[in-house]
Amino acid sequence: MPAAIQCRDLRKTYDGKVEAVRGLNLEIQAGECFGLLGPNGAGKTTTIEILEGLLETTSGEVTILGQTWKSHARELREKVGISLQETRLSEKLTVRETVALFASFYREPRPVTEVLESLQLEEKADSWVGKLSGGQRQRLAVATALVGSPRVLFLDEPTTGLDPQSRRQLWDIIRAFQKTGGTVLLTTHYMDEAERLCDRLAIVDHGQIIAEGSPAELIERLGGHHVIEFSLAGNSHGSVETWKALPGVDSVHNEDGLVSLNVREPHHTIPALLDAVDKQSAQLEHLTTRQASLEDVFVRLTGRHLRED
Amino acid sequence: MTVAQPTPPQEKVQPQGTRLRNGRWSGFLHILDVRLRELWREPEVIFWVFGFPILLALGLGIAFRDKPPEIVRVAIVSGPESQNALSMIQRAPGGSSIHADVLDESTALRGLRLGKYDLVMESNNQGGYLYRYDPARPESVFARARVDDCLQAGAGRKDSIPTSAVASTEPGSRYIDFLIPGLLGMNLMNAAMWGIGFALVDMRQRKLLKRFVATPMRRSDFLLALLSSRLVLMLVEVTLLLGFGVLAFHMRILGSPLSILMIGAVGAISFGGLGLLTASRAQKIESASGLMNLVMMPMWIFSGVFFSGERFPAVVQPFIKALPLTALNDALRATILDGASLASQSGRILVLVVWGCVSFVLALRWFRWT
Repeated sequence: MPAAIQCRDLRKTYDGKVEAVRGLNLEIQAGECFGLLGPNGAGKTTTIEILEGLLETTSGEVTILGQTWKSHARELREKVGISLQETRLSEKLTVRETVALFASFYREPRPVTEVLESLQLEEKADSWVGKLSGGQRQRLAVATALVGSPRVLFLDEPTTGLDPQSRRQLWDIIRAFQKTGGTVLLTTHYMDEAERLCDRLAIVDHGQIIAEGSPAELIERLGGHHVIEFSLAGNSHGSVETWKALPGVDSVHNEDGLVSLNVREPHHTIPALLDAVDKQSAQLEHLTTRQASLEDVFVRLTGRHLRED
Repeated sequence: MTVAQPTPPQEKVQPQGTRLRNGRWSGFLHILDVRLRELWREPEVIFWVFGFPILLALGLGIAFRDKPPEIVRVAIVSGPESQNALSMIQRAPGGSSIHADVLDESTALRGLRLGKYDLVMESNNQGGYLYRYDPARPESVFARARVDDCLQAGAGRKDSIPTSAVASTEPGSRYIDFLIPGLLGMNLMNAAMWGIGFALVDMRQRKLLKRFVATPMRRSDFLLALLSSRLVLMLVEVTLLLGFGVLAFHMRILGSPLSILMIGAVGAISFGGLGLLTASRAQKIESASGLMNLVMMPMWIFSGVFFSGERFPAVVQPFIKALPLTALNDALRATILDGASLASQSGRILVLVVWGCVSFVLALRWFRWT
């Protein structure tokens, strides 16, 4: 059985200058929920739009369910569902009319009422799109993607700008789709979303994949399990070398006097850290430990935060 | 970019009980349906497409309606001869259409200046009269001739050749009769250009076009549905405007309704193609509306909407005749006012068809979905 989504050495150059995607490889199996995680401008949208067959590549190959967009465009359109990053659906149509319109494009769509029900939109079925909340609009966008009963679902930043409750609702919808055997590819710049929703993910920066694996794997491999954060009184932060030499420290990151250590076993590192601070006759101002997250992985890999706002 | 997706060989599908199956035209019909619904829910659009032309016809129809014989207003400067002049004018045949007042000189001249009087006459102290008039005002020129006529006749002049005149105010030859087919043509152009061009650029800006091509929707069906929505609206526009002309101005429609609708349909589709072309690449409403005004402006002026295009110099006539709105207006006038047959308008219809086809083909080639 071919991979649900596969691309090799994908490149996209805009106007011969801007390299948005620089040699990207992906292989996503049927039934997987795969996330492209990265900051704004990393090339996530360009990548997903190429995979959706909406953008031409500069070079590289894309196959979806074993077929290419060039040779099987119409057939593939029947099998994929797409929600773009920003689509403003017609405000003066009702929710039902909008879903029915999209249903009419497919050879064998799902019944509109069933789709509205599964997306918790049946109460709003006869409201104009213009009257919907942000979360409802986003669910409607996903409804138009699901009405063709796709096998592969592409979602470009499905939860950006939504409140926590709406985000959780959408996660449930995506999981439900996955349970029916569907494949999902989504982009996000939310750590928690990637961690909770995706089976596997690729961290994208400057048009390249800089790490790939399951969220747990990535954290384990690159983040250590735990993070110890501390700062010293008087704005000194000691030497990075000292901290790096402590037992069990994988990596050190210093940001404006706040030092973070990625460690495997905090119970070994913390006593050593306290000793070292003592030896330097410095004073601890702040000390916390927490579980490592994907954010730490990203910071470790790029020296930057995912969302710089 | 190709427009029609190649139809793939039918896939083998496991029969499933509750599954729906869409027919070939399901997408087309839904887009058409949705276009009309959206329009109907937009009250401003309804006003500009249907209400405005009727208001325009009403306003212009009233402004240029057939007036009763014009009253000429003349001020006679008071003096020894003024009463004599007044009675001569009033005695003369046709003197009833002249309103004369005897005033002192400064009041009379001010009245002329302000347009209250069309003419000032005073004694020249040699047994005759002096007219003061404004050659730049047609009614002033007319007043001078009219008053002089009455004065001479009142003084006993005899006409050497007897003449008579019949007033022509028959429906069919009035300004409103000329105007309504022109307004109809202009409205078909405006509505098609805006209705299609504006809608497309708006949908492109909202990424809705991109969203549509991310589905199996046939692109040609989408454009076809847009053009078809123009046909439906054309029916309403023609019926409303001509109906209004008949009811409000007792306009007489001599051509067969079928010919009129056929010409309307060709016009609507042709301008729909032009609207498609104008909007084929624009990313923003602002740039599209500038472009559309640029395309329509020459036709508003030259194509004989409010006055006949024949008045322009002969050199530009071939250019004017080649404009699609000229062809549409002339064909509409010929059928509506003179009852011309469809066959007799084939030249003008051909002009429209060529414009429509060329625009449509170019639009398909250049069209941007994203």
